[in-house]
Amino acid sequence: MAERSFEVSRLPGFATIAIAVFVLLYLPIATLVVFSFNSGPSIAVWQGWSLHWYSDAWNNEAVKGATFRSLIIATAASAIATTVATMAALGTTRRAAFGGQTFIYVVINQPLMVPEIVTAVALLILFGVIKQATGYQGLAYLIIAHAAFCTPFAYLPIRARLEGMDLSLETAASDLYANPWQTFRHVTLPLLAPGIAAGAMLAFVISLDDVVITEFVKSGGQDTLPTYMLGQMRRAITPEVNAISTALLGLTIVLLTLFFILTRKKN
Amino acid sequence: MTQKVAITAQNVVKAFGQGAAAVRALDNVSVEIAAGEFFTLLGPSGCGKTTLLRLIAGFEMPTAGTILIDGADVTEKPPNHRPVNTVFQSYALFPHLTVAENIGFGLKMQGRPKAEVAATTAEMLELVKLEQMADRKTSQLSGGQQQRVALARALAPRPKVLLLDEPLSALDLKLRKEMQVELKRLQTETGITFVFVTHDQEEALTMSDRIAVMSAGKIQQIGAPRDIYTRPVNRFVASFIGETNFLPVDPSPHGARLSTGDVIAADGDGTVLIVRPEQLRLGPAGVGAGLAAKVTGVVYFGTDIHVNLMLADGTALTARVPSPVDGGADFATGQDVAVTFQPGAARLIRE
Repeated sequence: MAERSFEVSRLPGFATIAIAVFVLLYLPIATLVVFSFNSGPSIAVWQGWSLHWYSDAWNNEAVKGATFRSLIIATAASAIATTVATMAALGTTRRAAFGGQTFIYVVINQPLMVPEIVTAVALLILFGVIKQATGYQGLAYLIIAHAAFCTPFAYLPIRARLEGMDLSLETAASDLYANPWQTFRHVTLPLLAPGIAAGAMLAFVISLDDVVITEFVKSGGQDTLPTYMLGQMRRAITPEVNAISTALLGLTIVLLTLFFILTRKKN
Repeated sequence: MTQKVAITAQNVVKAFGQGAAAVRALDNVSVEIAAGEFFTLLGPSGCGKTTLLRLIAGFEMPTAGTILIDGADVTEKPPNHRPVNTVFQSYALFPHLTVAENIGFGLKMQGRPKAEVAATTAEMLELVKLEQMADRKTSQLSGGQQQRVALARALAPRPKVLLLDEPLSALDLKLRKEMQVELKRLQTETGITFVFVTHDQEEALTMSDRIAVMSAGKIQQIGAPRDIYTRPVNRFVASFIGETNFLPVDPSPHGARLSTGDVIAADGDGTVLIVRPEQLRLGPAGVGAGLAAKVTGVVYFGTDIHVNLMLADGTALTARVPSPVDGGADFATGQDVAVTFQPGAARLIRE
């Protein structure tokens, strides 16, 4: 057999290290998924296959309520965040460079940099004042809080898409008698749509997953799925939590797969 | 020319940047382009030709000056209110639309009835011979086909003027030659005024009715291709269009006196004598008239050869003569020759 040229996969120990890394990454998740099918009440002792924790979770009113709440918040928050992010992305890419542009980027992306716990405490205090003043206790607080920290996640793919777009397309549209609104409607928006969809999905997943800010901001009886699970952990823990996590994992995988398909470079 | 004027630019200035750092991309440019004309803006990159085109299209606003299209002042109007369409260097085809939708875009934006959009689109597809491609996405087309879609899209709304920004530069040589013929045909068939930007002098010479040679934000010369080639007004135009020999001279009552003392009959006015390489004749040294020169090199070009020469005073010249295989005389480096000018070939220009 002829001598092969250098190839990283032929270095000694390559396969061992690669396998070790994948085991470390996925063993916990695999364990979680496997024990969601445990017939017994333990998350550590295997007692045989069963789907009853899924049906338990499905029939648990508290889980249903939390799931429903999570979906409402994630849908509303990602819709607001995506709209705001789209406008922000247009405002920062579709005009002449202006003084303080970097500052604007920093402000938009602030939730990525400020520790979540700081935002959580700040929102707790602010919303506390508003709750006192208005008496309103509804889900709007959670939706606004989620929209705020989801905005940068929606902003990044949308801005990337806008920056990658050939500006001469919009010039060509105006040359072909499109007014600014028609140019946006017929050229910019259709070309931006994959970026907007990707941003919305990312925002949705981030909102669905949030614990810290939700825990601080929620009023009584406003548990989302993650905070419900956190609450369960404090009591007797059963594979029901595994079943819910597995379902969330499945949903997230679907959304992130769509995200990667949408943001994939053409050609 | 007594024809109608399609475009008038009056004292147009375009400066980029502010204050002392401002760069004048266009420096007081005035030009009139006649209706139905194939007009070319020719010059090296950075000469302002594309800036002038973008000002006519309305993508940029002039710093000073006025632009009229078909007699109407459009200086302040946005591109969608100007009766001109552009073929972009990058084509700028809409990737999310089909070929037919791309071509119909302008008419649709103008709010024309659906039937008219469909009919004109079909007509344009036929004009550029892309009937089979109507429902394709533009990314599925070759470069030459994309080029033709870009042309059809710009022609579909029947603009008063078609602006073409180096549209052939992305094509390979063979396709470029075909498209030159195609463009000329389209211009003749449609009768639309074409304003064509290029840095390729051959493209300009073969296609244009008139050429404006630009350099450093100014128009150096406007004229028919033949005028520009045979009667350039200055050194820039003479060197940019074709190859030219430049000889410093002193004025003399009978023409121009070279530093070798020879006097050459020449038209024009100025202190530089120009003569095209193909207008030089080489003969044996010492026989009859002619400037004494030494051959310093011979370069073979297929149909002809370029003979590099040096005059007694050290001035370098190039002569283009028929290739030896075609019956021309051969030359060797170091050989002495006599250089004669074709009658009327030498011209005097200003620096």
